[in-house]
Amino acid sequence: MTSAVANSPFEAPKSGRWLLFGWLAFAYLIAAQAISIAISPPDRDMGDLQKILYIHVPAAWNMGICYFLVAIYSMRYLWKRDERDDLKAAAAAEVGTLLNGLTLVLGMIWGRPTWGVWWAWDARLTSTLVMFLIFAGYLALRAFVDEPERRAQWSAAAGLFGAINYPIVYMSVRWWRTLHQVQSTPDTLDPSYALSLRLNAFAILFIAIFFIRRRYEAALTERVAEHELQAAVLGGSSRG
Amino acid sequence: MALRDEWHRARAVAWKDLTAERRSKAGFNAVAALAVTILVLFGFALGPDSEAIRAAAPGALWLAALFAGVLAFNRSYQMELDGGALEPLLMYPGARRALFAGKLMANFVFVLLLLVIVIATSLVLFQVAVPPTWPALLIVVLLGAVGLVTLGTFYAAMASRSRAREVLLPLLLFPMLVPVLLAAIQATKALLVGGAMNDAGAWTSLLVAYDVIFLILTFLAFDYVIEA
Repeated sequence: MTSAVANSPFEAPKSGRWLLFGWLAFAYLIAAQAISIAISPPDRDMGDLQKILYIHVPAAWNMGICYFLVAIYSMRYLWKRDERDDLKAAAAAEVGTLLNGLTLVLGMIWGRPTWGVWWAWDARLTSTLVMFLIFAGYLALRAFVDEPERRAQWSAAAGLFGAINYPIVYMSVRWWRTLHQVQSTPDTLDPSYALSLRLNAFAILFIAIFFIRRRYEAALTERVAEHELQAAVLGGSSRG
Repeated sequence: MALRDEWHRARAVAWKDLTAERRSKAGFNAVAALAVTILVLFGFALGPDSEAIRAAAPGALWLAALFAGVLAFNRSYQMELDGGALEPLLMYPGARRALFAGKLMANFVFVLLLLVIVIATSLVLFQVAVPPTWPALLIVVLLGAVGLVTLGTFYAAMASRSRAREVLLPLLLFPMLVPVLLAAIQATKALLVGGAMNDAGAWTSLLVAYDVIFLILTFLAFDYVIEA
């Protein structure tokens, strides 16, 4: 008798180690936040409001990493046709969209007291919002297409196009209008702010990796179950 | 030789789509009427101050063309899906990109005709004079139409075969078209209601870059999208 797993082209994930990684990531995030709040003095202009940047800026950086992963895995899927690459691209898109939303909301909360408005039509804000909409469309496409292979090929194209479009969107809104302060890098900052930003950038990165892994595992488990169901309905243990 | 065969195939597909459109008439007329209606509604939203309306005319006309045009993109596959004709069409010999090129050309003609009606209506309703630089405006319109149609035809190949296609196509398409819309609107604004000429030049080069990039990408990716 063949084991049930043989009916699926790949095995369901075992997530023991990753759960530990997740706990460590969350513990590290809390520590990084505590350290940054303790060591960085209140900003001359912004006061304690600048503490929000320790999530806002790392979230924005890691959003970029997530979208880059979507492009890489989408391309890899179209090249190798391994369903797992599609699921990884989807997981990265989900986490990227989440971080994108977080970046926008925290930016607005920060902008209201600093600039006096919730929203300004500046290049960085506007292109970030457009990216959010593009990947909301990507996730809607995945939700509205049921057949797995079709969903994988279509969303690979949509994900790749979305990522490629980012520099064009950014340039077009930049020409259209600009107001955002030059973006923060650790070099432009006081050392205590820089350390805090770096610590939290890695904290959000670890959380993002953990979330991507969990969402990927969930999607993979579901696909394995679907493969097994299909094999059972077709009657037999034919691989495929 | 092979390229000429593909060109013949693409032309045949475009001709078939346009003939079906011409014989039914209802399709294009309804879409054009919708575009004019949208323009009138923009007039209500922005008017009645004629200065404000004139300043908003470039934005209104491109959005009216987009909102009406998006209906054409889904239609271009819908007619075949309803008749069960897409699979037979795919079974014909030759590369799939000929099919894409054909649909692209048909949609381009459709949107261009739509833009002619929309621009003519805008000139009247929004009290804008035809600028002396109208050949430049023509180039902007052509480039903008290519941008709309390229991604529109591509995404419609997916959206028209999914659940909830009415909402999915605009949701996928509109954010992707932000650079085209910004560039087309700004260039049109520079030409219609004044502004530095070099402004229009920079926006036109952005349109060219966008058109070239996405024409290449959609032709490369269309095989994956249509075969699934």
